[in-house]
Amino acid sequence: MIRGRVWKFGDDIDTDVIIPAKYLRSVDQSVWPKHVLEGVDPGFSSKVKPGDIIVAGKNFGCGSSREQAALAIKWAGVAAVVAESFARIFFRNAINNGLPLVEAKGISGMVEEGDVIEIDLDRGIVKTPKGEAKSTPLPPFLQEILKSGGLVEYYKAQVKREQK
Amino acid sequence: MAMASTAVEKIISDKVGRRVSAGEFVECPVDFAYCHDGTGVLVIDALKRMGVERIRDPDSFSIVFDHSVPPYSDQAATLQARVRKFAREQGLKKFHDMGEGICHEVVPEKGYVAPGMVVFGADSHTCTLGSFALFSTGVGATDLAFILATGKTWMKVPETIRVECRGTLREAVSSKDLILEITRVIGTDGATYKALEFAGEAVRAMSQSSRMTMSNMAVEMGAKTGFIEADEKTVAFLGRDGKRFSSDSGAFHELVEVDAGSLEPCVACPGSVANVKPVREVEGAHVDQAFLGSCTNGRYEDLYEAARILRGRRVHQDTRMIVVPASKEVHMKAQRDGLLDIFLEAGAMIGVTGCGPCLGVHMGVIGENEVAVSTSNRNFIGRMGARSSSVYLASPQTVAASAVEGKITDPRRFLR
Repeated sequence: MIRGRVWKFGDDIDTDVIIPAKYLRSVDQSVWPKHVLEGVDPGFSSKVKPGDIIVAGKNFGCGSSREQAALAIKWAGVAAVVAESFARIFFRNAINNGLPLVEAKGISGMVEEGDVIEIDLDRGIVKTPKGEAKSTPLPPFLQEILKSGGLVEYYKAQVKREQK
Repeated sequence: MAMASTAVEKIISDKVGRRVSAGEFVECPVDFAYCHDGTGVLVIDALKRMGVERIRDPDSFSIVFDHSVPPYSDQAATLQARVRKFAREQGLKKFHDMGEGICHEVVPEKGYVAPGMVVFGADSHTCTLGSFALFSTGVGATDLAFILATGKTWMKVPETIRVECRGTLREAVSSKDLILEITRVIGTDGATYKALEFAGEAVRAMSQSSRMTMSNMAVEMGAKTGFIEADEKTVAFLGRDGKRFSSDSGAFHELVEVDAGSLEPCVACPGSVANVKPVREVEGAHVDQAFLGSCTNGRYEDLYEAARILRGRRVHQDTRMIVVPASKEVHMKAQRDGLLDIFLEAGAMIGVTGCGPCLGVHMGVIGENEVAVSTSNRNFIGRMGARSSSVYLASPQTVAASAVEGKITDPRRFLR
């Protein structure tokens, strides 16, 4: 169960506003969370606290394949992203890095910024002050990748199993 | 009852070794993979964390340096050196250091791919290669590392939206105008998780280069790929043929019809790729920078069409124009045929082949409140520079005409 305070964003939040390209070629990766969502809310990285949840409209994470977008959000301490829908590359990148995502239709209309919501990943349910939003839970193998902590850890566990 | 299949379903079925259909999750073998200097760094990181010392098939993997070319900072250069070292250690024969071109251009130019293949790239515009009648899609760096380690990946077999383009494009109207119109109709998420298939008279009549422009922008509608059936033009571009698949009639899950014959030049106005209007409706908007290039429109044909307008004319004194060929091949041909002289005489600048200023980090970053008209594929907030700057996406013809006038201009004014 994930429980956290909500930060709200609109539709079509693209990876260029999640992490502008000018920060990507950095030897020091700790730079990325410091600029998370800067393109849409320049002060966001200083406001967001570990355990907070992002709630957004449709097509969250559209645009470039830059994995730094998912990493910046995760390393800023965000516990999960709930959106009306996700762009597919961002969706894969988030799961591959152990950042939980929930696609819940109607969620934007059910929460306000600052609300506290609860996410049950196994059942795909989001509890909001205005009631429950349902989503299709992730297929089992994706849940396994997420629970392993990401695709790298999932791969390592697979290799270990095969060696036994 | 025998069910009809789409071309994309057939390609994936062929790879998986059984008949699959849209909606199924499959583990699919991958024929070819590639990445660039930007995503390459994270691919190497992921492989290291996975404990993979040797990638599975170095001959089915290409790295092309295109994003930070030439490097714009010491850190960019340092990161590239890491990728270069990795390429040498792995014995990659298909490694292309800076100066060769954009990955989505170089990979098909070299004939690394063929119809019927399953291709994954660590760049969102990998969908460009769908124009060669194969399944190609973009993924992140960790996904690519997994593919390099295992030779396969998971995916959901996509539904297909068939986009039937009726009629043929008129003079001064290009495949860029057509794909912008399609984006307007479908929207920025109308094809999410799905495949697009571009078909119809207008697409058949198009050059391979124009078809690449169409498939390139499939991702701007959320699509996995932009499939186009193969013909002799496909084979001529690649220098090879492969396994050809086409959709059974009626196999598509959704049909979108576009009247290409009546289309006029259009632009995607700032903020959203789907915010598309006819050029004549926004004519007169001031332009600080005109950019001709990118994986969308940096090919010879694009330079040729722009040069037709710029020949004997000057770029407006209040506007700067940057031309970046999509590959060394394109650059050399443009040089041989005198196109570069036309650009230089008109007052434009020629940049080093690569992604150029498209992603807003170098070689033409735009400042506070500045406006660019660009042949690239994204006009998100701040994409090419300052947060307050804005980008109009347009065809090579519209970009050239706008550069001459210093404001958004309908290229039909320059028909001779």
